[in-house]
Amino acid sequence: MSSPNLNLDKHNQVISSNLLIQADVLGQEESYMKVIVTRFLKHKLAVVGLVTFILIVLMALFAPIIAPHDPYEIGYEFEAKPSMEHPLGTDQIGRDVLSRLIYASRISLAVGIGAVTIYVIIGTILGAIAGYMGKWADMIIMRITDVFMSFPFLMVILVLVSVMGPNLFNIILVLGFLGWPPVARLVRGSVLSLKEMDYIKAGVALGYTAPRILVHHILPNALAPILVNATFGIAFAIITEASLSFLGMGVQPPTASWGNMLTEAQSLTVLAQQPWLWIPPGLFIILAVISINFMGDGLRDAVDPKSFK
Amino acid sequence: MFQYIIRRIAIAIPVLFGVTIFNFLIINLAPGNPVDMFINPNMSEADINARKEALGLNDPLWEQYASWMGNLLQGDFGYSFSTYEPVLNNIADRIGPTILLMGSALIIAYLIAIPIGILSATKQYSFTDYFATTFSFFGISIPNFFLGLGAIYIFAILLPIFPTGGMNTLGSSGGILDTLRHLILPAFVLGTAIAGSMVRYVRSSMLEVLGQDYLRTARAKGLHEFVVNNKHALRNALIPIITIIGLEIPLLIGGAVITEQIFQWPGLGQLTIQSIGSRDYPTLMALNFLAAITVLFSNLFTDIMYSVVDPRIKYN
Amino acid sequence: MIQESVKEKPPESEKQPLLQVKNLKQYYPIKKGILSRTVGNVKAVDGVSFDIFPGETLGLVGESGCGKSTTGRAIVRLENPTEGEIIFEGKNLADFSNVEMRNIRTDLQIIFQDPYSSLNPRKRIGDLLSEPLLFHKLVKPSEVKKKVADILEIVGLPSAYSNRYPHEFSGGQRQRIGIARALILNPKLIVCDEPVSALDVSIQAQVLNLLKDLQKEFNLTFLFIGHGLGAVKYISDRIAVMYLGNIVEIGKTEEIFKNSKHPYTRALLSAYPIPNPHLRNKEKIVIQGDIPSPSNPPSGCKFHTRCPFVQSKCKEEVPLLLGSNHSVACHYPLN
Repeated sequence: MSSPNLNLDKHNQVISSNLLIQADVLGQEESYMKVIVTRFLKHKLAVVGLVTFILIVLMALFAPIIAPHDPYEIGYEFEAKPSMEHPLGTDQIGRDVLSRLIYASRISLAVGIGAVTIYVIIGTILGAIAGYMGKWADMIIMRITDVFMSFPFLMVILVLVSVMGPNLFNIILVLGFLGWPPVARLVRGSVLSLKEMDYIKAGVALGYTAPRILVHHILPNALAPILVNATFGIAFAIITEASLSFLGMGVQPPTASWGNMLTEAQSLTVLAQQPWLWIPPGLFIILAVISINFMGDGLRDAVDPKSFK
Repeated sequence: MFQYIIRRIAIAIPVLFGVTIFNFLIINLAPGNPVDMFINPNMSEADINARKEALGLNDPLWEQYASWMGNLLQGDFGYSFSTYEPVLNNIADRIGPTILLMGSALIIAYLIAIPIGILSATKQYSFTDYFATTFSFFGISIPNFFLGLGAIYIFAILLPIFPTGGMNTLGSSGGILDTLRHLILPAFVLGTAIAGSMVRYVRSSMLEVLGQDYLRTARAKGLHEFVVNNKHALRNALIPIITIIGLEIPLLIGGAVITEQIFQWPGLGQLTIQSIGSRDYPTLMALNFLAAITVLFSNLFTDIMYSVVDPRIKYN
Repeated sequence: MIQESVKEKPPESEKQPLLQVKNLKQYYPIKKGILSRTVGNVKAVDGVSFDIFPGETLGLVGESGCGKSTTGRAIVRLENPTEGEIIFEGKNLADFSNVEMRNIRTDLQIIFQDPYSSLNPRKRIGDLLSEPLLFHKLVKPSEVKKKVADILEIVGLPSAYSNRYPHEFSGGQRQRIGIARALILNPKLIVCDEPVSALDVSIQAQVLNLLKDLQKEFNLTFLFIGHGLGAVKYISDRIAVMYLGNIVEIGKTEEIFKNSKHPYTRALLSAYPIPNPHLRNKEKIVIQGDIPSPSNPPSGCKFHTRCPFVQSKCKEEVPLLLGSNHSVACHYPLN
């Protein structure tokens, strides 16, 4: 059998490279990120969620500029009804409700982002170790995960925060150190399937160290589901902080949190006669949480490999 | 499959053991101890110590754990620090109302979620589907306590149909109808919160079944769409739907704590908040343990039900 | 026929083999029961021995599931062999620790079957190819770019492609990138694990020619694992035929094609179409039945359940791989 000339081969390459260059001119060189962004932007509710979320972030960042009054200043009429001066009235000890509402967004975002960052890091590390090492490491980590997941989340958080002392820092810590099991399971699953891929085997054959393969080769490919989980996680952390603060086991006054602004509504007089005190913070919680959840939903659809061509 | 069930139970045992250790540690390693509650400036150092000794707080940690575990195995949860009664008695008093509340909430959740989920799956991408998805998102996103406050404001204050809280009207002799009237609001609040996440399960479970070939066959045979959806599809989708009870239990327990607090419902959730307030550690430990056991068993139940129902599940 | 042990020196006695595989076994435990006891083994590779000499290509063929890919992966230690020796330049890789293995991997590379799953989708081609160089510190960081451009040129791709992602390439181009990646560390031995099976027939010849040219240019040694006899025949100097975890016949390519002695090899050849009717083998052997399970292989000669010439001895005694240039594991070799 005579071998076809290599030149012919190169000739073919030139043709196909011309085709590719043309494709570039047509703007078809898409990176993975671009595809995801495009698909995310097609999801209307997700875009609405994103815009709302950005507005909330801006509100938190520029709270001192936006807020009409100092949120801690006690110097106005007690329990004033909404007016031009105080659009949402004042609370029991005469602080401007609108200003407190604006400042409270900082608490919610700090808890959401802080706690999720902590637990995503813990969960990713543990899940990656369990999935990659397998054997006894996997056994132990997964059993610990089972133990953590056996406690009803809110219940154990309530107990932990109350024994550690209810404050912002502890809430972030507790949520961060308890929230990792689902992430660990997720990452473990991705690692288990990714490590059988040939491109990971190629990394082993090239002599890369296990940490390098995990960090540089496996995790970037496992990022999408983690990101989706983290987005929903932020929403969940915000709700949990609000619930804790509402029960008096969270952020303590005078610091304003959307949750603790609702605490007073447990009294029937406030509930019945001063709805401006408790309805706005409740609506703000819903707005923040639902906008993040819509973002998460859009992100989930955008990174879903099943809908990739 | 029998082997799978045995193995699943065998795995649950070390987890259960881990749960007791974790539970014990979080409460005992925390700063601040229950004696602080009893200390007043007039108490001498000796008095404080005597108190601690009496409560067993001076023993090494592992001994405290061993004695707690030993008692636990005999069904003894110790004495409440605040009421000085056996913890078990306090729990026994409160467990009935909680089961009543959770049970009704679960039924309400199913009654809401199953029709919405099925409609949304059979009419995927229709207006109904969007409505259902939005509903479920609001269900997940509205904090339980705000929903509760809103419900009281609207249905007890603006329109005084229902009582604002409690389980029976004060001073009245009670009776089933009275309790029922008090139950409706909290049960609906807890139920809708769970229905939100349930709708998504029902929808995806139904969608999966609808994509199966045997349903296409049923349609190809010329069966009416209603028969196909409700007789062939629903029956197969219902099994995973029912088993998701296991997944909803943790949410249900967390939600009950808040709902009971808002509606002054005299159940375990309210007891939890009260125990936290009074640093009643034996009661808290018992409550936390009880909750964990419930979750553990409901997970076990879910897994086993799945394996019974779906023979394709791999046993490893 | 002179019956000699395979361990005796082959004709290339002046040359030392680059790789000697001795009695390689790769078992996977089957776990069952509550305590996950091991109740048996899938014997994917069950005592395989062969030598590869510098500069040659040894073809390894067999039906899917015969253990040929597992053998290849075990040699580059993507699997941890259950038993046996993998002697590469005098050192037994089977005993190597991870760290020792890491250092020798620059000499030992693998090309994968599926060009779609063998390239990391999140990495540009340039990063894919420069990472091994930087990791093993083979060239100065300032020279990496040039080296990557060179290697792309060598495998027949424009160097401008280094900014692109794998999904922008066709299967054949991806396989060239896979080859470039294996080549960039300047290895001595490359395991080619069915490198053309996933490609269109028209592309297969291009890739095979590329491999042949590279072998000449860089004095490479190949273990070429193949499914299709055509590709294996085209590229191999010698061919080993595997059945159910064992080598049943090994010899020079022409020998195997013209003068095969094992009934299984004959059967494989019968299934391979020969364009010239004069060269067609007259006695076609068609085997029946499926390949038995490697967890419970037949006794004696593993092929006896499907062999048309089966005798009672075949069911009892395991045939040894005998013969010097052309070895065959059969009690009653054909002629």
